[in-house]
Amino acid sequence: MKRRIFLKGSVAASTLAVAAGAGLLSPTRVLAAAWPESAFGPRPEAEALEAFFGSSDVVESDEVSLKAPLQAENGAVVPIKVMTSLADVESIGVIVVKNPAPFTTGLEVMGGGAGAMYSARIKMGQTSPVNCYVKAGGKIYMTSQEIKVTVGGCGG
Amino acid sequence: MASTKMKIKKSAEGGHDVMVLAKHPMETGLRKDKKTGEKIPAHFIKTMEFALNGTAVAQADLGTGVSTNPLISIHLANSKSGDTVTVSWVDNMGESDSAEKTVS
Repeated sequence: MKRRIFLKGSVAASTLAVAAGAGLLSPTRVLAAAWPESAFGPRPEAEALEAFFGSSDVVESDEVSLKAPLQAENGAVVPIKVMTSLADVESIGVIVVKNPAPFTTGLEVMGGGAGAMYSARIKMGQTSPVNCYVKAGGKIYMTSQEIKVTVGGCGG
Repeated sequence: MASTKMKIKKSAEGGHDVMVLAKHPMETGLRKDKKTGEKIPAHFIKTMEFALNGTAVAQADLGTGVSTNPLISIHLANSKSGDTVTVSWVDNMGESDSAEKTVS
Protein backbone atom coordinates (compact mmCIF):
# COMPACT_ATOMS: atom_id res chain seq x y z
CA MET A 1 0.00 0.00 0.00
CA LYS A 2 2.84 2.35 0.83
CA ARG A 3 4.25 1.87 -2.61
CA ARG A 4 0.95 2.91 -4.19
CA ILE A 5 0.93 6.17 -2.30
CA PHE A 6 4.52 6.73 -3.20
CA LEU A 7 3.70 6.19 -6.85
CA LYS A 8 0.80 8.63 -6.83
CA GLY A 9 3.04 11.16 -5.19
CA SER A 10 5.65 10.62 -7.81
CA VAL A 11 3.47 11.55 -10.77
CA ALA A 12 5.03 14.99 -10.69
CA ALA A 13 8.42 13.35 -10.55
CA SER A 14 7.60 11.23 -13.53
CA THR A 15 7.09 14.23 -15.76
CA LEU A 16 10.76 14.68 -15.04
CA ALA A 17 11.31 11.23 -16.44
CA VAL A 18 9.90 12.40 -19.74
CA ALA A 19 12.55 15.09 -19.76
CA ALA A 20 15.01 12.38 -18.85
CA GLY A 21 13.95 10.41 -21.89
CA ALA A 22 14.99 13.37 -24.00
CA GLY A 23 18.41 13.10 -22.42
CA LEU A 24 18.20 16.12 -20.15
CA LEU A 25 18.64 14.26 -16.88
CA SER A 26 20.33 11.09 -15.81
CA PRO A 27 17.46 8.64 -16.35
CA THR A 28 18.64 5.82 -14.10
CA ARG A 29 18.21 7.89 -10.98
CA VAL A 30 14.77 9.11 -11.87
CA LEU A 31 13.15 5.81 -12.76
CA ALA A 32 15.14 3.05 -11.10
CA ALA A 33 13.50 3.61 -7.73
CA ALA A 34 10.11 2.79 -9.17
CA TRP A 35 11.07 -0.57 -10.66
CA PRO A 36 9.63 -3.23 -8.30
CA GLU A 37 12.82 -5.20 -7.90
CA SER A 38 11.39 -7.34 -5.11
CA ALA A 39 8.71 -8.75 -7.42
CA PHE A 40 11.06 -9.89 -10.18
CA GLY A 41 13.62 -12.66 -9.87
CA PRO A 42 13.29 -16.29 -8.80
CA ARG A 43 10.58 -15.72 -6.21
CA PRO A 44 7.49 -17.83 -5.59
CA GLU A 45 4.24 -16.47 -6.92
CA ALA A 46 2.76 -15.39 -3.57
CA GLU A 47 5.88 -13.46 -2.68
CA ALA A 48 5.92 -11.67 -6.03
CA LEU A 49 2.25 -10.77 -5.62
CA GLU A 50 2.89 -9.41 -2.16
CA ALA A 51 5.76 -7.32 -3.52
CA PHE A 52 3.95 -6.00 -6.57
CA PHE A 53 0.37 -5.59 -5.36
CA GLY A 54 0.96 -5.35 -1.62
CA SER A 55 -1.35 -8.32 -1.01
CA SER A 56 -1.78 -11.89 -2.12
CA ASP A 57 -5.53 -12.22 -1.59
CA VAL A 58 -6.83 -13.07 -5.00
CA VAL A 59 -10.33 -13.63 -6.39
CA GLU A 60 -10.92 -15.38 -9.69
CA SER A 61 -13.01 -13.22 -11.96
CA ASP A 62 -14.37 -13.40 -15.48
CA GLU A 63 -14.00 -9.65 -15.78
CA VAL A 64 -10.35 -10.27 -16.43
CA SER A 65 -9.57 -12.01 -19.68
CA LEU A 66 -6.37 -13.30 -21.16
CA LYS A 67 -5.92 -13.61 -24.87
CA ALA A 68 -3.05 -15.93 -25.64
CA PRO A 69 -2.35 -18.90 -27.89
CA LEU A 70 -3.22 -22.36 -26.52
CA GLN A 71 -0.01 -23.62 -27.97
CA ALA A 72 3.07 -21.54 -28.66
CA GLU A 73 5.37 -22.74 -31.41
CA ASN A 74 8.18 -20.59 -30.12
CA GLY A 75 8.60 -20.10 -26.40
CA ALA A 76 10.85 -17.09 -26.94
CA VAL A 77 7.98 -15.02 -28.28
CA VAL A 78 4.55 -15.68 -26.80
CA PRO A 79 2.08 -12.86 -27.38
CA ILE A 80 -0.28 -12.30 -24.49
CA LYS A 81 -2.99 -9.70 -24.00
CA VAL A 82 -4.74 -8.95 -20.72
CA MET A 83 -8.08 -7.22 -20.94
CA THR A 84 -10.45 -6.17 -18.22
CA SER A 85 -13.83 -4.53 -17.93
CA LEU A 86 -13.14 -3.52 -14.32
CA ALA A 87 -13.12 0.17 -13.45
CA ASP A 88 -10.35 1.94 -11.51
CA VAL A 89 -7.58 -0.41 -12.57
CA GLU A 90 -4.51 0.24 -10.45
CA SER A 91 -2.11 -2.36 -11.77
CA ILE A 92 -1.81 -5.45 -13.91
CA GLY A 93 0.65 -8.28 -13.36
CA VAL A 94 1.57 -11.34 -15.39
CA ILE A 95 3.09 -14.45 -13.81
CA VAL A 96 4.37 -17.46 -15.73
CA VAL A 97 4.29 -20.09 -13.00
CA LYS A 98 7.06 -22.37 -14.28
CA ASN A 99 9.54 -19.75 -15.50
CA PRO A 100 12.78 -19.36 -13.52
CA ALA A 101 11.64 -15.83 -12.72
CA PRO A 102 7.85 -16.21 -12.52
CA PHE A 103 6.90 -12.53 -12.33
CA THR A 104 7.26 -11.51 -15.95
CA THR A 105 5.84 -8.07 -16.42
CA GLY A 106 3.43 -5.59 -14.95
CA LEU A 107 1.69 -2.33 -15.67
CA GLU A 108 1.19 0.39 -13.11
CA VAL A 109 -1.65 2.73 -13.92
CA MET A 110 -1.44 6.35 -12.82
CA GLY A 111 -4.65 7.61 -14.36
CA GLY A 112 -5.66 9.09 -17.67
CA GLY A 113 -7.91 6.19 -18.58
CA ALA A 114 -5.16 3.64 -19.04
CA GLY A 115 -5.41 0.08 -17.80
CA ALA A 116 -8.18 -1.62 -19.76
CA MET A 117 -5.66 -3.50 -21.84
CA TYR A 118 -2.05 -4.54 -21.55
CA SER A 119 -0.25 -6.67 -24.03
CA ALA A 120 3.33 -7.87 -24.34
CA ARG A 121 5.37 -10.67 -25.82
CA ILE A 122 6.89 -12.93 -23.20
CA LYS A 123 9.38 -15.78 -22.95
CA MET A 124 8.34 -19.18 -21.67
CA GLY A 125 10.76 -21.96 -20.82
CA GLN A 126 8.19 -24.74 -20.79
CA THR A 127 4.47 -25.44 -20.82
CA SER A 128 3.03 -23.55 -17.89
CA PRO A 129 -0.08 -21.86 -16.59
CA VAL A 130 0.03 -18.11 -17.18
CA ASN A 131 -1.71 -16.16 -14.44
CA CYS A 132 -2.92 -12.63 -14.99
CA TYR A 133 -3.76 -10.39 -12.10
CA VAL A 134 -5.61 -7.10 -12.17
CA LYS A 135 -5.83 -4.90 -9.13
CA ALA A 136 -8.85 -2.63 -9.21
CA GLY A 137 -10.47 -0.74 -6.37
CA GLY A 138 -8.09 -2.30 -3.85
CA LYS A 139 -8.89 -5.90 -4.76
CA ILE A 140 -6.96 -8.34 -6.88
CA TYR A 141 -8.71 -10.34 -9.58
CA MET A 142 -7.15 -13.05 -11.66
CA THR A 143 -7.55 -15.35 -14.58
CA SER A 144 -5.35 -18.14 -15.78
CA GLN A 145 -4.64 -20.08 -18.94
CA GLU A 146 -2.24 -22.86 -19.68
CA ILE A 147 0.00 -22.25 -22.67
CA LYS A 148 1.71 -25.25 -24.23
CA VAL A 149 5.24 -24.62 -25.40
CA THR A 150 6.83 -26.91 -27.96
CA VAL A 151 10.24 -25.21 -28.13
CA GLY A 152 11.67 -23.54 -25.04
CA GLY A 153 12.43 -19.86 -24.99
CA CYS A 154 14.50 -19.10 -21.97
CA GLY A 155 17.70 -20.01 -23.77
CA GLY A 156 16.91 -17.19 -26.12
CA MET B 1 21.55 1.79 -31.66
CA ALA B 2 18.37 2.14 -29.85
CA SER B 3 15.27 2.59 -31.84
CA THR B 4 11.76 2.88 -30.56
CA LYS B 5 8.69 2.93 -32.73
CA MET B 6 5.18 3.82 -31.72
CA LYS B 7 1.86 3.25 -33.41
CA ILE B 8 -1.43 4.73 -32.28
CA LYS B 9 -4.62 3.10 -33.42
CA LYS B 10 -8.16 4.19 -32.83
CA SER B 11 -9.89 1.65 -30.62
CA ALA B 12 -13.39 0.34 -31.21
CA GLU B 13 -14.32 0.98 -27.56
CA GLY B 14 -13.29 4.63 -27.80
CA GLY B 15 -9.90 6.06 -27.03
CA HIS B 16 -6.77 4.68 -28.59
CA ASP B 17 -4.43 1.71 -28.44
CA VAL B 18 -0.79 2.64 -28.18
CA MET B 19 1.66 0.07 -29.47
CA VAL B 20 5.38 0.36 -28.80
CA LEU B 21 8.16 -1.63 -30.38
CA ALA B 22 11.51 -1.10 -28.71
CA LYS B 23 14.64 -2.56 -30.21
CA HIS B 24 16.43 -4.24 -27.34
CA PRO B 25 18.32 -7.52 -26.78
CA MET B 26 16.54 -8.34 -23.45
CA GLU B 27 19.34 -10.64 -22.26
CA THR B 28 18.39 -12.78 -19.27
CA GLY B 29 21.91 -13.11 -17.89
CA LEU B 30 21.54 -16.91 -17.99
CA ARG B 31 22.77 -17.47 -21.52
CA LYS B 32 26.32 -18.37 -22.36
CA ASP B 33 28.38 -17.25 -25.30
CA LYS B 34 28.78 -20.37 -27.43
CA LYS B 35 32.38 -19.60 -28.43
CA THR B 36 33.93 -18.41 -25.19
CA GLY B 37 31.63 -20.15 -22.69
CA GLU B 38 31.31 -16.93 -20.76
CA LYS B 39 28.00 -15.74 -19.43
CA ILE B 40 26.34 -12.94 -21.32
CA PRO B 41 25.44 -10.30 -18.75
CA ALA B 42 21.78 -9.46 -18.21
CA HIS B 43 20.60 -6.50 -20.23
CA PHE B 44 16.91 -5.70 -20.17
CA ILE B 45 14.45 -2.83 -20.13
CA LYS B 46 13.23 -2.14 -16.61
CA THR B 47 10.56 0.47 -16.98
CA MET B 48 8.60 1.91 -19.85
CA GLU B 49 6.58 4.98 -19.13
CA PHE B 50 3.63 6.28 -21.09
CA ALA B 51 2.63 9.93 -20.89
CA LEU B 52 -0.37 11.67 -22.36
CA ASN B 53 0.20 15.39 -22.98
CA GLY B 54 3.18 15.33 -20.63
CA THR B 55 1.36 13.64 -17.72
CA ALA B 56 2.37 10.11 -16.87
CA VAL B 57 -0.56 7.72 -17.26
CA ALA B 58 1.05 4.31 -16.90
CA GLN B 59 4.33 2.57 -16.38
CA ALA B 60 5.11 -0.91 -17.62
CA ASP B 61 7.59 -2.85 -15.49
CA LEU B 62 9.56 -5.30 -17.54
CA GLY B 63 11.95 -8.05 -16.54
CA THR B 64 14.08 -10.67 -18.20
CA GLY B 65 10.97 -12.68 -19.04
CA VAL B 66 9.91 -10.28 -21.76
CA SER B 67 10.88 -11.21 -25.31
CA THR B 68 13.67 -9.65 -27.34
CA ASN B 69 12.51 -6.44 -29.01
CA PRO B 70 9.54 -5.96 -26.67
CA LEU B 71 6.22 -5.12 -28.24
CA ILE B 72 4.10 -3.51 -25.56
CA SER B 73 0.68 -2.07 -25.99
CA ILE B 74 -1.79 -0.37 -23.72
CA HIS B 75 -5.21 1.20 -24.09
CA LEU B 76 -5.86 4.87 -23.41
CA ALA B 77 -9.53 5.66 -22.82
CA ASN B 78 -9.20 9.43 -22.53
CA SER B 79 -7.06 10.24 -25.53
CA LYS B 80 -8.39 12.34 -28.37
CA SER B 81 -7.20 13.71 -31.65
CA GLY B 82 -4.33 16.17 -31.27
CA ASP B 83 -3.03 14.72 -28.00
CA THR B 84 0.64 13.92 -27.64
CA VAL B 85 1.68 10.48 -26.45
CA THR B 86 5.23 10.05 -25.20
CA VAL B 87 6.88 6.78 -24.31
CA SER B 88 10.27 6.45 -22.68
CA TRP B 89 12.16 3.44 -21.40
CA VAL B 90 15.20 2.83 -19.26
CA ASP B 91 17.19 -0.40 -19.02
CA ASN B 92 19.36 -1.91 -16.31
CA MET B 93 22.51 -0.48 -17.86
CA GLY B 94 21.22 3.05 -17.82
CA GLU B 95 20.47 3.22 -21.52
CA SER B 96 17.25 4.90 -22.50
CA ASP B 97 15.20 5.98 -25.45
CA SER B 98 11.93 7.69 -26.12
CA ALA B 99 9.41 8.30 -28.84
CA GLU B 100 6.67 10.83 -29.27
CA LYS B 101 3.63 10.90 -31.50
CA THR B 102 0.54 13.00 -31.96
CA VAL B 103 -2.82 11.25 -32.02
CA SER B 104 -4.26 11.72 -35.49
